[in-house]
Amino acid sequence: METAMKTNRARNWDRNVVLSVEHLTMRFGGLVAVNDLSFNVGRGDITALIGPNGAGKTTVFNCVTGFYKPTEGRIAMRHGAGVSQDQIEALTRTGRQYDDDGDHRVFLLERMPDFEISKRAKVARTFQNIRLFGGMTALENLLVAQHNPLMIASSMTVGGILNLPGYRKARGEAIDFAAYWLEKTGLIDRADDPAADLPYGAQRRLEIARAMCIRPHLLCLDEPAAGLNPRESTELNELLQYIRKDHDTSILLIEHDMGVVMEISDHVIVLDYGQKIADDTADEVKNDPKVISAYLGVDEDEVAAIEESIDMPVHHAKHSQRDEGGQP
Amino acid sequence: MASTTSQPNIIADSIKDALIAAFLAAVLGFFFFALRTDIGPGGLDLTYRWGLWFTAAAIVFAVRLLLNLFIFKAANPITRGIKLSAPEGVTSVVGRGLGPVLLALAACLPFLLMWLFPNRDRQYIDLAILIMTYVMLGWGLNVVVGLAGLLDLGYVAFYAVGAYSFALLAQHLNIGFWTALPLAGVLAACWGIILGYPVLRLRGDYLAIVTLAFGEIIRVVLLNWYDFTGGPDGISGIPKPSFFGLEFNRSGGFAEFFGIDYDSIHRFVYLYYIIFALALITNFVTLRLRKLPIGRAWEALREDEIACRSLGINTTNTKLTAFSIGAMFAGFAGSFFATRQGFISPESFTFLESAIILAIVVLGGLGSQVGVVIASVVMIGGIEVLRNLNWLKDIFGPDFEPTQYRMLIFGLAMVMIMVWKPRGIISSRNPSAVYKEKKKISSDMVAQGEGH
Repeated sequence: METAMKTNRARNWDRNVVLSVEHLTMRFGGLVAVNDLSFNVGRGDITALIGPNGAGKTTVFNCVTGFYKPTEGRIAMRHGAGVSQDQIEALTRTGRQYDDDGDHRVFLLERMPDFEISKRAKVARTFQNIRLFGGMTALENLLVAQHNPLMIASSMTVGGILNLPGYRKARGEAIDFAAYWLEKTGLIDRADDPAADLPYGAQRRLEIARAMCIRPHLLCLDEPAAGLNPRESTELNELLQYIRKDHDTSILLIEHDMGVVMEISDHVIVLDYGQKIADDTADEVKNDPKVISAYLGVDEDEVAAIEESIDMPVHHAKHSQRDEGGQP
Repeated sequence: MASTTSQPNIIADSIKDALIAAFLAAVLGFFFFALRTDIGPGGLDLTYRWGLWFTAAAIVFAVRLLLNLFIFKAANPITRGIKLSAPEGVTSVVGRGLGPVLLALAACLPFLLMWLFPNRDRQYIDLAILIMTYVMLGWGLNVVVGLAGLLDLGYVAFYAVGAYSFALLAQHLNIGFWTALPLAGVLAACWGIILGYPVLRLRGDYLAIVTLAFGEIIRVVLLNWYDFTGGPDGISGIPKPSFFGLEFNRSGGFAEFFGIDYDSIHRFVYLYYIIFALALITNFVTLRLRKLPIGRAWEALREDEIACRSLGINTTNTKLTAFSIGAMFAGFAGSFFATRQGFISPESFTFLESAIILAIVVLGGLGSQVGVVIASVVMIGGIEVLRNLNWLKDIFGPDFEPTQYRMLIFGLAMVMIMVWKPRGIISSRNPSAVYKEKKKISSDMVAQGEGH
């Protein structure tokens, strides 16, 4: 009974999908970085994409955010719950990039250029090697992220040059919104300092704040905890929980720090050699012998043997059927 | 241990090093100093100048030895005590007060010159007009290079488009300066978009090379399209600007209307104020744009293009706006150039012009408006000052021609600035938005964009 309820709750990513990646393949010449990968990201979930080095995690990110054009596959972003599969299929057939009408908006990310993905589909991202505007202040960094609404408010610069009241108001609101995120990330005291001057952990937080300033529906974080000390790591967890709860933003993250992943993720997807080897809740994935073997670099049988020898519960049989079990 | 043996070592090392330097100078300078060829009867006459050659090597030896002893190898280099930058407080006061002071000076400059140099006022006002033209061009290019970080080596092409637009419009359609001015700006901006669209996909050095090529293409087209542009003959008889319909003529013009005596200087003063106003508009618009989302996007583009794209900024359009706005200002300046000269030919729009404008921007400090003014005064005014250094002839003899050394001095000045102030004369950035306290951003943190 309890297990059934748990499964039911955990299956949010199948019931309420914000992003679906379907049969994604990315080849670079002869190298297949991602091979026929399908997964869903649930609305309001924190989804972690993990895997050993070179598993293709960042490639998936770059495909989702438009920095790479996938060789094959479909990446559909949905705004608002209740988008039917038929609507996506219909949109795919029309050859258009997105269906922007009404409450059920669908964006086919593999067809959109990178800046449109952030502008229209509201998918924000951070980078593994932090990419801030180093010579600009923390505040300016967050204002750059509000470029598109501000451009419209400044009537494509004309109203801005004339300093019309409409633009002045929008500018004030943009600064307030930026200040809000600086407050949330604990950077408000350093608002007027150049981003390059901030310590490493603060730069990571500023990058998240900047991504949040585009008011995303999906926030993609590429190793947000890399290089953070344990305290900063805990603060990051709290920040991500806050973003997810109070801003109706789903989070997709790549992370190597298993402490962070296991603590905050609702849903974990494990990649190895460009293929999905596990897709479940954090607890289930943690004990999956396939995952352990991928991380330790040993055969699955050996893991089972080791687990038996140290008297751990054997999940082997259960997990081998996981992939079929994914579809209700 | 080390301190006791180091003293003789320094001397021995210094002498050895100086000898090597002198030897290298002797080898390199052999053909320049020791041999001299003159055209003589039946071919070339060869004369040997061993004395000069030896003196040159000796000078190198002596200077190198002194540098070694007191700076390069010394335990306490005498340069250590010399501070190259003024103390913090002074620079900030100067930095804050400099703009308004320069503005006030520029506003009353023609009258100041007429009062101070009654005999040479025409020449000096003409020089001031020239410098102001370069200030405007520098400010225009600053949008492209300083803010958006796109290295444009063909900026003079848009200057040429502006100049030829006005000249041709005046020639064929009989359009006056004030009507042609906005048209020239629009045409140059259009050319900016046309050239920019294919070019701006390139990055870094490739962008610089292709813009350079485009600059040359425009010049070569102007040179060879004889039927339309007059080719190397250029276009002459370009009309002068009028003052609300009043010409600067001996009779029936500006002087008569205002009841003052006719003086040819009036036109120069008027031209000065036109370019002054155009430059101020350029400055005002640039400073205003910097604080708007578009200007912030330009600077963000200079810092990190990929991050810009991840934030939903259409980088192609953003670059194009920077390129076309920069081109528009060059177009304005070009049509002013045409009306001032009264005659234009492709010769005025060579690559050297692009290089000088770029040098002004780089020396002044990328993105710094006051820096551009200082650099233009130094670069353009400096050349003219050298022309007038006739007293040097008393020292070096009547054959001495100071202007021949101007490129040498120029080069030296550039090398010195690049060594001591690699980011230009004024090298800090003002943030475009402030939360609590405005802090200047040191140039060390500011990225320079592509192709630098």
